[in-house]
Amino acid sequence: MEIERCDRLAGIFTMMSVAGGTGSGVGTYITQRLRDLYPSSFILNQVTWPYEAGEVIVQNYNSVLTLSHLYQLSDAILVHENDTVHTICSRLMNIKHISISDVNKVIAHQLASVLQPAYTADSPCHYSTNPIGELLTSLVCHPEYKLLSLCNIPQMSSTSLAYSVFNWPGLLKHLRQMLIASARMEEGIDWTVSAPSAVTSAGESGTNSRQKSFNLSLANLLILRGKDVSTAVTDGFRDPALYVPWLKTENSFSTWTSPVAFNGYEKSATLVSNNQSLLKPLDNIVRKAWNMFASRAYVHQYTKFGICEEDFLDSFTALEQIISSYTHL
Amino acid sequence: MTQSIVVQVGQCGNQVGCRFWDLALREHAHVNQMGIYDEALSSFFRNVDQRGADSTGGRINALKARAVLVDMEEGVLGEILQGPLRSLFSSTQLISDVSGSGNNWAVGHHTYGLAYREQIVDQVRKAAEHCDCLQCFFLIHSMGGGTGSGLGTFVLKLLEDEFPEVCRIVTSVYPTAEDDVITSPYNSILAMKELTEHADCVLPVDNQSLVDIVGKIQHMSNTGKPGGTIKKDCTIISGQGGVVKVEKPFDAMNNIVANLLLNITSSARFEGSLNMDLNEIAMNLVPFPRLHYLLPSLTPLYTLADVNVPPRRLDQMFSDAFSKEHQLIKADPKHNLYLACALMLRGNVQLSDLRRNIERLKPTLPFVPWNQEGWKTSLCSVPPVCHSHSLLALANNTCVKSTFIELRERFVKLYRRKAHLHHYLAVDGMELAGFSEALSSISALIEEYTHLESPLMPNAPRLTIAT
Repeated sequence: MEIERCDRLAGIFTMMSVAGGTGSGVGTYITQRLRDLYPSSFILNQVTWPYEAGEVIVQNYNSVLTLSHLYQLSDAILVHENDTVHTICSRLMNIKHISISDVNKVIAHQLASVLQPAYTADSPCHYSTNPIGELLTSLVCHPEYKLLSLCNIPQMSSTSLAYSVFNWPGLLKHLRQMLIASARMEEGIDWTVSAPSAVTSAGESGTNSRQKSFNLSLANLLILRGKDVSTAVTDGFRDPALYVPWLKTENSFSTWTSPVAFNGYEKSATLVSNNQSLLKPLDNIVRKAWNMFASRAYVHQYTKFGICEEDFLDSFTALEQIISSYTHL
Repeated sequence: MTQSIVVQVGQCGNQVGCRFWDLALREHAHVNQMGIYDEALSSFFRNVDQRGADSTGGRINALKARAVLVDMEEGVLGEILQGPLRSLFSSTQLISDVSGSGNNWAVGHHTYGLAYREQIVDQVRKAAEHCDCLQCFFLIHSMGGGTGSGLGTFVLKLLEDEFPEVCRIVTSVYPTAEDDVITSPYNSILAMKELTEHADCVLPVDNQSLVDIVGKIQHMSNTGKPGGTIKKDCTIISGQGGVVKVEKPFDAMNNIVANLLLNITSSARFEGSLNMDLNEIAMNLVPFPRLHYLLPSLTPLYTLADVNVPPRRLDQMFSDAFSKEHQLIKADPKHNLYLACALMLRGNVQLSDLRRNIERLKPTLPFVPWNQEGWKTSLCSVPPVCHSHSLLALANNTCVKSTFIELRERFVKLYRRKAHLHHYLAVDGMELAGFSEALSSISALIEEYTHLESPLMPNAPRLTIAT
């Protein structure tokens, strides 16, 4: 009904967690139904991954089942991790007693920084009417690679904000390093990680020359909002060394801008990225779920409702495939 | 919002049940100042108008408990019908007989089970029909006696047969070694088989732990240490402020169990930032169907009179939840293996406090290798009466097997000599095979827990993808 009310449907944006039962299970089912009803619409799923230390005991099972199903149905999966957002709240926002509301505000801020109107490559003179479509076209070049992550700077408490001054070179330099060192926030960035220096000669395998901790990207979308946005220099993100060799750099990197300041920040930059940084947490989830599955713990709770061991194995296989694809970029 | 029905069986079950209803009314009265029949109240109470029909929403007319009270002797139920809580129950909700079960499980289970089956099913069905969405049965009983143990487990099986989709959470009071009922080992082991096979979750409680907690609180109140005075009537054993004014001998202990039930259902009744429904308890804490015995721990036991409580007290609350003094059953979880653990918080506790304490406590608690992060958490914003916050920890830990091993030993001591067996075998429907089956059931259960403790095989090799 909501879709019928739209003049022009830009896409469907779902928000859910993967750890619980409703968000993950019903959310996946709804995505399935939407895909059946609207096969040509864009579907972007925002998912929240749970605290690694545990908040729901069967979170890893639910995550595995959800992600494997969503991968088939969705156009892209935009991931937030509770641990990361929690750390942003404590270290950057300086919140002493963090509540769920605080965590959700940070996620909302990050999502809004992407979805607020912007000028894009396809639509340089007026605000894009197809943001989700453009996002997906820029970032998801191949259906095997659908995991997207999000970084946004600056993020700080409102009291600190009053005393801070920003410039584009500084912001972009930090953001670039956050990208290649897989840092999700602007504190504790590992500045020793650097991109491989020379482009490898034809025939030589790229993996040998790459450093282990360097985060390789498939594609990046940079969204800049605020004062003097036209003066921002984004060349650092066009370095071919940041990207997989089989994609042309002009296809891997795009920028959106808006001169309107976002949420009280005079200048802010968001990077939506398709890269390897989610590999480690994903691998952890699969590893823990697999260990639990090996002992068949809790499986009876699922078989009671129609998910059998075969379904579990299918999901594990799907995720191992995704992990393998991203590892061997 | 979902509803739950309480089925209280036997003398112990009904005494505890009464304290539960009294404290539940007190809690809701505290929260619901306007007298509106809200969703929280509807989980345990119906709102009934003059004609006895359900009236939803609006002001509270007359509250009726969603309960079925069963006892085979008249004493306890008679008292309820004459006491201040009588208006909560219509007389049809009470099922009783005259002479009791004589501490004989077989009489409770077979004789009275058969005789009262129809009536019990009828009453439970009536109560279920008054629910929009019935989610859970809470069965309260003791293991050592005849009615609670025998008829109680019969009712459990009945609930499974008639309402297979509805969760069954059983609060069982286990006998201690000094129990005054000689045949309590027989009754308990016979009941254990039924609990293992037909319950979704069991919350075992023993009298000795309750006695110790009461003792500790009374000791604190009496020493009158400066800065250590307990705020008047703000303890887990106090029933002050409830409907029932006269305190009876076992009330203090029963209040603890009543508080356990209130806390376990708090997230399902009141709002909070991280809700946990009743079906999530069984889902998260029961990795294998038969291993569903959850060790409860409640903190704090009392609120200090001194209002200048430093924030360290919050961390202390978490540590206390894992100390033996706050457990409702004697066991040693820290030297055994945790299969899973739930932390249900109430009141003024933030997410960061919860995460910080989980990080702090994790290294000290041995978890089974395939569930190293076996934590289930919930935050309910409404605190219990008289406290600013509280924590209920439910642990599925292999230490419960020591309780079962002791119980089995006491059983075997009697069984070897065939002592008192004739009382049981004289009952129609009870056979010697029943005893040996019960014994093998509990031995198998103990074996399952022990098996999980054995040194683990290395991590199972992951699936590999052909590249």
